[in-house]
Amino acid sequence: MPLYLIVLIPFLGAGLAAWGARFGRSHSAWISGGVALSALAGLASVASWPFGGETLVQTHAWLPSAGVDLAFRLDGLGLLFAGLILGIGLLVILYARYYLSERDSLGRLYAYLLLFMGSMLGVVLSENLIQLLIFWELTSLSSFLLIGYWRHREEARQGARMALAITGAGGLALLGGVLLLGEIVGSYALTEVLAAGDIIRAHPLYAPTLVLILLGAFTKSAQFPFHFWLPHAMAAPTPVSAYLHSATMVKAGVFLLARLFPALSGTMEWTHLVGGFGMMTLLVGAYFALFKHDLKGLLAYSTVSHLGLITVLFGIGTPLAAVAGVFHIINHATFKASLFMAAGIIDHETGTRDMRRLNGLWKFMPYTATLAMVAAAAMAGVPLLNGFLSKEMFFAEVAELSPEMRGAWLVPAAATVAGIFAVAYSLRFIHDVFFNGEPVDLPRTPHEPPRWMKVPVEILVALCLLVGVLPALTVGPILDVAAAAVLGGPTPEYSLAIWHGFNPALGMSLIALVGGVLVYAGRAPLFRLADRLAGRNDARALYNRLLEALLAFARGLTTRLDTGSLQRLVFAFVAFALVLGAAGWFGVDGALTGSRATLPVDGVSALAVLGLILASIATVALHRQRFIALVLIGVVGLVVSLIFVKFSAPDLALTQLSVEVVTIVLLLLALYFLPQSSPAESSPARRGRDLALALLAGGGVGALTWAVLTRPYETIAGYFLENSVPGGGGGNVVNVILVDFRGFDTLGEITVLALAGLAIYALVDRLRLDAPDVDPEGRAWSRDTHPAIMASLTRLLLPLALLVSVFIFLRGHNVPGGGFIAGLITAVALIMQYMANGVAWTQSRLPANMHPVAGAGLAIATLTGLASLAFGHPFLTSTFAHLDWPLVGEFELASAMAFDLGVYLVVVGATLLILIHLGLLHDARPTKETR
Amino acid sequence: MEALLSIVIGLLTACGVYLALRGRTFPVVLGMTFLSYAVNLFLFAMGRLTIGQPPVIAAGAAGYTDPLPQALVLTAIVIGFAMTAFVIILALKARAELGNDHVDGRGRS
Repeated sequence: MPLYLIVLIPFLGAGLAAWGARFGRSHSAWISGGVALSALAGLASVASWPFGGETLVQTHAWLPSAGVDLAFRLDGLGLLFAGLILGIGLLVILYARYYLSERDSLGRLYAYLLLFMGSMLGVVLSENLIQLLIFWELTSLSSFLLIGYWRHREEARQGARMALAITGAGGLALLGGVLLLGEIVGSYALTEVLAAGDIIRAHPLYAPTLVLILLGAFTKSAQFPFHFWLPHAMAAPTPVSAYLHSATMVKAGVFLLARLFPALSGTMEWTHLVGGFGMMTLLVGAYFALFKHDLKGLLAYSTVSHLGLITVLFGIGTPLAAVAGVFHIINHATFKASLFMAAGIIDHETGTRDMRRLNGLWKFMPYTATLAMVAAAAMAGVPLLNGFLSKEMFFAEVAELSPEMRGAWLVPAAATVAGIFAVAYSLRFIHDVFFNGEPVDLPRTPHEPPRWMKVPVEILVALCLLVGVLPALTVGPILDVAAAAVLGGPTPEYSLAIWHGFNPALGMSLIALVGGVLVYAGRAPLFRLADRLAGRNDARALYNRLLEALLAFARGLTTRLDTGSLQRLVFAFVAFALVLGAAGWFGVDGALTGSRATLPVDGVSALAVLGLILASIATVALHRQRFIALVLIGVVGLVVSLIFVKFSAPDLALTQLSVEVVTIVLLLLALYFLPQSSPAESSPARRGRDLALALLAGGGVGALTWAVLTRPYETIAGYFLENSVPGGGGGNVVNVILVDFRGFDTLGEITVLALAGLAIYALVDRLRLDAPDVDPEGRAWSRDTHPAIMASLTRLLLPLALLVSVFIFLRGHNVPGGGFIAGLITAVALIMQYMANGVAWTQSRLPANMHPVAGAGLAIATLTGLASLAFGHPFLTSTFAHLDWPLVGEFELASAMAFDLGVYLVVVGATLLILIHLGLLHDARPTKETR
Repeated sequence: MEALLSIVIGLLTACGVYLALRGRTFPVVLGMTFLSYAVNLFLFAMGRLTIGQPPVIAAGAAGYTDPLPQALVLTAIVIGFAMTAFVIILALKARAELGNDHVDGRGRS
């Protein structure tokens, strides 16, 4: 199975699971399980590659120019992680089916879970770093949805937001780091990045790159000081916690460390940063875990601590430490997932997670208790369980750490202290919950959970035992290939035996075990101390303060910039544009006037321009009498279309003319509902200021136009002019550009047009407007119904006008015309019917519902484009043929014509949609007679 | 002729800016219409001015003007109409909701 499919399956499955939930809870669960299983089967089908020592890379070109490909990679590390993600995901799906109550939507949970699963698979199977980053962000987003699943709960929303803010900010840093990495290596392909380790480490940008990437990894893996989001994410349903905080989300950070290990590790910076922060996290997490009274809180901090342990191992940087890191990733995933599930069972059966109330559960659920105890023992590092093995390797690595360094004893000492605390909190998890007296005031009487809720825990606990007893047989092969992938070379000699003889590591393990028991036994004074210290130096408080400050800053800035006055904003906008324009102007020397010869002025043009100038000035001067201003601006529009006629743009002239008509009709319709005149509000000073700005802006634009028009220029028009007839099959180059050369642009534009029509329809819907019954002079509106002569004339003209529009449409490919113009002409012709004959008359003959017309237009245009795909050509490739049409003569049929038909329909549909619905407002208005 | 068109574009811009700065919705819509005339003409003029040489392929034509700005402007005119329509409907909606036609929704009537 191709790798992209393995990643894609959960994404597709997410929709399926949500849909399946309609038919019942079990359907959704079966679907989700099936999705995870089929992805797992897909993974199995390609697993032989990494086991054979080869890396499977599949690349599909996406944005080759930007170095971004859709590229997937399967090596040992990817296989291990993908296996964990899918395997534990499958168990979580089963578990969630029984965990979630009837009130919660199971379909939604499964959809989010599968989205998250797909995102995680994308992270671990990506070959391209940019693509990895996209999936990385997707994990942040989908985990936000998962943590906030119980959206009615305040703490769930807060926890989700905090996780998103922290991991999102880290993702931003990671983006910077990855871009730098790409700059250094010259490629975003992992294969090349991993091979370029020496170049990267020697590069001057190595340090910032490392810091940025580590910020991404540390935030995701909840490393100190970013660890505080993880305990708050416990507001999620327990299956989610079991999934996110054992095998997936938080492991993405350490996955990144492992992934980029060959490229970034092996320097002092790496060792100090990764090792140092890892050690801090290990200690801080272990310490806080002991003092949490919430069962899941304990597990959360222990997760933080174990992530710190893995980070330390990668930070040490020796091959053996990396092997131990990979090993602990596997072990932690198994025992932590089972512990979360056990905690969920306890919560589910007792109704609380407070360890001060949970006591003596052994009597009620001995079976679950046994499972939980084995898993907790693995967490503590008790021999014969998997946690012991990797912890031994960890102790061995820190014990051998360069002893000549000053204060080198500190590291093993700190590791042992963390080990002591790990034993103590594991012990607390066992003793406090299952023994230690009687339960206190439980909401429910506990008993064993349903059969199938225990199965996932059983499987995981069995794995803990199996790996603990027979490590070489069970986990050996996958650990081998995964470690080889991390190291980018052969795996060092290591032994997975349980007994290594008497060595420092064994001593540390023993100290940890004994010390842990002692610490737990003497916990009472420690708890009192912890209670007193609680609340101080809280990273969450700092986060909240920072967030508050940021929001306050944003609010302050917004209120200062946006005073709520459009006039002031427009003024600032134009003035700013003017300043920028002027700055560019004064920056360069050279004459305003260029060398290009100008055209002579003829009398008619001068006269037309004079008319335009007078009409413009009059519009502005009389703008408070709105009706007059509207008539005058119509004159301006007409002269503008004459300008197009004059300068060889017949298509533009036709378009401008018809648009002018519909615009004026539209404004007239609207004006009816607005005051007929504007009050004189502005002070003379303000008018003077506005006038000055307007004149400056006009002067600037005029001068700019002059400067451009008097300069020679290069054009790419030659290509269009040469290829219009042979390539596009049409003589009207403007139309051929619109429907053929730049057809994709036109498709976008008619989409915008259709959307504008729909938006206006939505705005007009249920709009109630009061219109005056009298005009400004107090005269009642004329009650004359539609003038008979005009009505008859327009009815007569309608077929003629439609014929003209068909004619304009058909000829548009070769001579001025085309879909846009024909559409506008049709719209004008139909609008005329409304105006001359009234709404009632027209509506009985023409449906007001114009959405289908615009929709059909869009569909036709898009299908025309898709049709060329079907013939193996790129989207919107056109073809044409010359046909002999009896009586008419030779006739050209171009596929672009179908596209132009789409354009025509959209223009007709959208224009009429706008005008008719505005016109209908008049009709819906309560008149004096009906009131 | 170039000077004449520069004056026209400058004047249309000036009228548009002045009207866009008014306090009531209707003049602002008129101002936007002025500005779209100006912008369309400006874009069109980027292909320089040519008289009597439309970009329609014909035998014996002396030459052709640049078709590209024309194609750009043609759709711009239509989109400009859609924008004007949207803005004016928005103005109507604002009047219905706010009870006045001031651009900031706080006029007297």
